Amino acid sequence: MTAFLQQVVSGIATGCIYASLALALVLIYRAMDLANFAQGEMATFSTFMSYSLIEYAHLDFWTAFAITIALSFVLGVAIERVVVRPFEGKPVLTLLIVTLGLFTMFNGITGQIWGYVFKTYRGGFPSEPVVFGGLYINKQDIGVLGVVLVMLLLLYLFFSRTKAGLAMRAASLYPDSSKLLGVRVGWMLALGWGLAASVGAVSGMLVAPIIFLDPNMMQSILLFAFAAAVLGGIESPLGAVVGGITIGVLMALVGTYIPGGQDLRLAFGLIVIVVVLLVRPSGLFGRASVRRV
Amino acid sequence: MALLELAEVVAAYGPITALHGVSLKVEEGGVVALLGANGAGKTTTLRAISGTVPKTGKVMFDGHDISKRAPEQVARLGIGHVPEGRGTLGQLTVWENLQMGAYTRRDKAGIKADYDRVCGYFTWIPSRRAQVAATLSGGEQQMLAIARALMMRPRLLLLDEPSLGLAPIVVQEIFRIIRAINEQDKVTILVVEQNANIALQTAEHAYVLEVGRVAISGSSTNLQKDESVRRSYLGY
Repeated sequence: MTAFLQQVVSGIATGCIYASLALALVLIYRAMDLANFAQGEMATFSTFMSYSLIEYAHLDFWTAFAITIALSFVLGVAIERVVVRPFEGKPVLTLLIVTLGLFTMFNGITGQIWGYVFKTYRGGFPSEPVVFGGLYINKQDIGVLGVVLVMLLLLYLFFSRTKAGLAMRAASLYPDSSKLLGVRVGWMLALGWGLAASVGAVSGMLVAPIIFLDPNMMQSILLFAFAAAVLGGIESPLGAVVGGITIGVLMALVGTYIPGGQDLRLAFGLIVIVVVLLVRPSGLFGRASVRRV
Repeated sequence: MALLELAEVVAAYGPITALHGVSLKVEEGGVVALLGANGAGKTTTLRAISGTVPKTGKVMFDGHDISKRAPEQVARLGIGHVPEGRGTLGQLTVWENLQMGAYTRRDKAGIKADYDRVCGYFTWIPSRRAQVAATLSGGEQQMLAIARALMMRPRLLLLDEPSLGLAPIVVQEIFRIIRAINEQDKVTILVVEQNANIALQTAEHAYVLEVGRVAISGSSTNLQKDESVRRSYLGY
């Protein structure tokens, strides 16, 4: 039983990483109905920026963390304005290809600047276990969970309590009506990309201390993040977090209890996506749209 | 000088030309009706004003040439367009719809005053602020759309078929409020209608469009007397 619970606990920790990247995916999906395949690579790029800030500018982790979030926001906005904007209104397939292009581009640029040698990345939380009810829990994992929950809360407050958040929701759901009310819809999309890039950056900075920092570090995480976002209902931030943690736990259990499960984890991630899309396309928390009949 | 003036406006959807050179004027403080059959170009005329359809020709608003402006810029100049189909922000609540109406404004006190005024016209709003707009009835959605546009504190209100699909008693109610908005709040109104009877009762002046051109125009009283208008649009 303890062994089982131990797996659940470590699954929750990994799940939080998936959840954070899934949050970023959800933000762009909400803004423009688009799955951003480049989200992971953008996050990796941001994490390398923070690495440089820590190693070369000698900033402490949390200062670098804050600066990276801000820089990533600007980067996200710039990408939308410069790269995505010319394709606005084009079929979603065109936009998907654009994000694939961004994927390759960021992967290459990151490799070019920082190289492909694995780097140790010192995070903001100590990596030491605390024993709780016979379970070993890493302080770092508790920190990750905390950061993800804070991020979820902030996003919730942003979307429900602020004018910009409301305008972003209106602009993504009803672009034509929003324009008539004076909303600069294009900038709202850019804001969505900026937020997503920031959230993705947090995700990268949370995961890098656990694995190693390298240009390909987010690729398998991206698949699980997609699984998490789809499971949670691709438009729901809360769903992304619940979905992420569920996927994390599921993968930990698959890895432990199914023979050869470690190697099958990616396949299971894919199975989750397919099953959810077949059985309940709106996911756990996706609102089936309300209307009068 | 007229508040709104269109000169030789031509607009097309791809290869299909919807307006073949429409010219019209709306004086400040007035109510003008735009009548005509389906496909005559009424909706397109409003869209040409708010910048939501590509066009050539000149649109002047309050001395500004707005022919080349984007919809959000036109909105910011003080033109509230209640579009065909009401433009309800369906997944948002009634309150959020109204907040979006006031999106471009910063004056908190003014917004509050306008909210109170809007609630005076539409008394059901305060008790149903939290309702999701898509679950309102058709009449309520039309009222919400007008309320949302009023929250912009517009100088000119463009209304696209406010009577569409509504019961006669609701139509009467909505036009009573449209008159009140014009008289009490001094909002200039350009209203597109298929229901020519009620439109001519409300407007001082009207234009009749036929296949993308102004066929007849004049004061409502004269149009009501006009033989061809009566036969084609008033049905008696």
